Amino acid sequence: MDKAANRSLHKYAVFTACSTFLLLIAGALVTSNDAGLSVPTWPLAWGSVTPPMVGGIVYEWSHRVIAASVGFLTIILAAWLWKAEKRVWMRWLGLAALGGVVSQGILGGLTVRMYQPPAVSGAHATLAQLFFSTVVAIAFFTSAWWQSDLPETEDTGAPRVRSLTIWTIAAVFLQLILGAAFRHKGFGIIPHLIGAAIVTILVFMTAGALKRRFSTSQPLRKCARLLHILIGVQLLLGAGAWWSRMYGAHFPQPVPVMITLTVVHTVTGALLLATTLLTALVSYRMLRSGSAVADSSATSEQVA
Amino acid sequence: MKKSKFGMYSLAIGAFALAITGCGGKKEETTETAAPAAGAAAGKMVDAATAGEVTGSVKLDGTAPKMKNISMAAEPACSKAHSGPIASEEVVTGDGGALANVVVYVKSGLDGYSFPAPSTPVKFDQNGCQYHPHVAGVQVGQNIQVVNSDQTTHNIHPIPKENREWNESQPPGATPIDKSFARQEIAIPVKCNVHPWMKAYMAVLANPYFQVTEKDGKFDLKNLPPGTYTLVAWHELYGTSEQTVTIGAKESKSVTFTFKATAAAGD
Repeated sequence: MDKAANRSLHKYAVFTACSTFLLLIAGALVTSNDAGLSVPTWPLAWGSVTPPMVGGIVYEWSHRVIAASVGFLTIILAAWLWKAEKRVWMRWLGLAALGGVVSQGILGGLTVRMYQPPAVSGAHATLAQLFFSTVVAIAFFTSAWWQSDLPETEDTGAPRVRSLTIWTIAAVFLQLILGAAFRHKGFGIIPHLIGAAIVTILVFMTAGALKRRFSTSQPLRKCARLLHILIGVQLLLGAGAWWSRMYGAHFPQPVPVMITLTVVHTVTGALLLATTLLTALVSYRMLRSGSAVADSSATSEQVA
Repeated sequence: MKKSKFGMYSLAIGAFALAITGCGGKKEETTETAAPAAGAAAGKMVDAATAGEVTGSVKLDGTAPKMKNISMAAEPACSKAHSGPIASEEVVTGDGGALANVVVYVKSGLDGYSFPAPSTPVKFDQNGCQYHPHVAGVQVGQNIQVVNSDQTTHNIHPIPKENREWNESQPPGATPIDKSFARQEIAIPVKCNVHPWMKAYMAVLANPYFQVTEKDGKFDLKNLPPGTYTLVAWHELYGTSEQTVTIGAKESKSVTFTFKATAAAGD
């Protein structure tokens, strides 16, 4: 693939990721407005693609339209990767994204047809985060930065940043599942609060390690800063969303402050997951643990 | 290589088509077949010559919480239907603390009697983007006729625990939706996801001895055979209260239920 084609593919992947982020906002608006079942039929609205756009139908139908658009964007992305990518794993990653968006569509349909059982709605909300992270990763893998030659730095600290990032991703992902389960009435708030504490500790450990050990590396420093900002904002939003939920319980309908804070909290969670994933990828690209360097040197000597 | 490309494109298009249509199926039938009424067909019939009645009232002890107003600003078809602000109907009281929207019913004491479902349907109207009545009482197997008197689309979504859930849309001018519930359940929340302030309850009862109180808080359970009964008063916020009452032939007894006012959604 020539450089121009590579740039176009990367730009397209970034566009798809941004569209997916818009889709996450639309989905969160549906839940916060309690509009998930305002259109009882699926995939069409009473056999039509132009339902009356009133009340909750505005949120639910917009979500479906944006979802269908992201589905088409993902088909093109997967096809483009399959056609143009030399890296076989990237082709499969494109197909994985396609599988993700298809599964997501089916889960969305099931949640409507089965009247929002918490397990299905929670799975729909969780897969949304996974799909977003997958598309963000594709955009990152197609970037010039990722495909350029980069200097590698040895990570001699303990625990290794690469390990920390993996634990952080797992914790953030688990936390998103707990958040989705809480929103969809599967669990209470306690598991989500415990998850928040664990995520905060791990994010601070990861960002702190990056800052202390690799203060001269601009990409790693940027990751650390972004993680610090996002976890701080997310904690504030979480507290705000909880307060607004308590306050909103006194009203006969969802109140704007609850809707706004909850939606922003939800999508910031998605951004945090994507950022921890990018941090892990940057770490795997730029860092080598002491033993890995030794192993690599030994292999080089043998080859030589 | 060509085969591989074709396979990939087929997979992609097929998969997306599945996502769009995969869960489509024929429309599910949601109207429930009425279960045999309590006591079944061979059960005893009430003898009107000896029947008595239980009358009474439901009161709220304490200050009723002030209900928050509903905001219909986002839906002109709803806001136009009202000349002033509309408050939530979670707690509605009348003079002297009389409590409305309480289902008073006979919970036990009617073993062996047969109570076939009445042929008259219970009307459940969506008017001014509110449900009328806010709490409906209906017998097991009795038809509920859902009507949309508004100039906007609603969806009617009862969320039962013991009965089958359903969710249907009703545009303006649509024909009434006829439904029934097969099992006793007190009470089934009903909501509209198009207009999230629209909430109501349907109390499904196994016998005809029930009444939903109005703003005067009064109830009158007529034509009760002599016996000892457990009476229950149910309110959406305050829960349930039980009393036992015994009536003899042609006897009339009075019962008062009192709920304690606590912090409510309106506070």
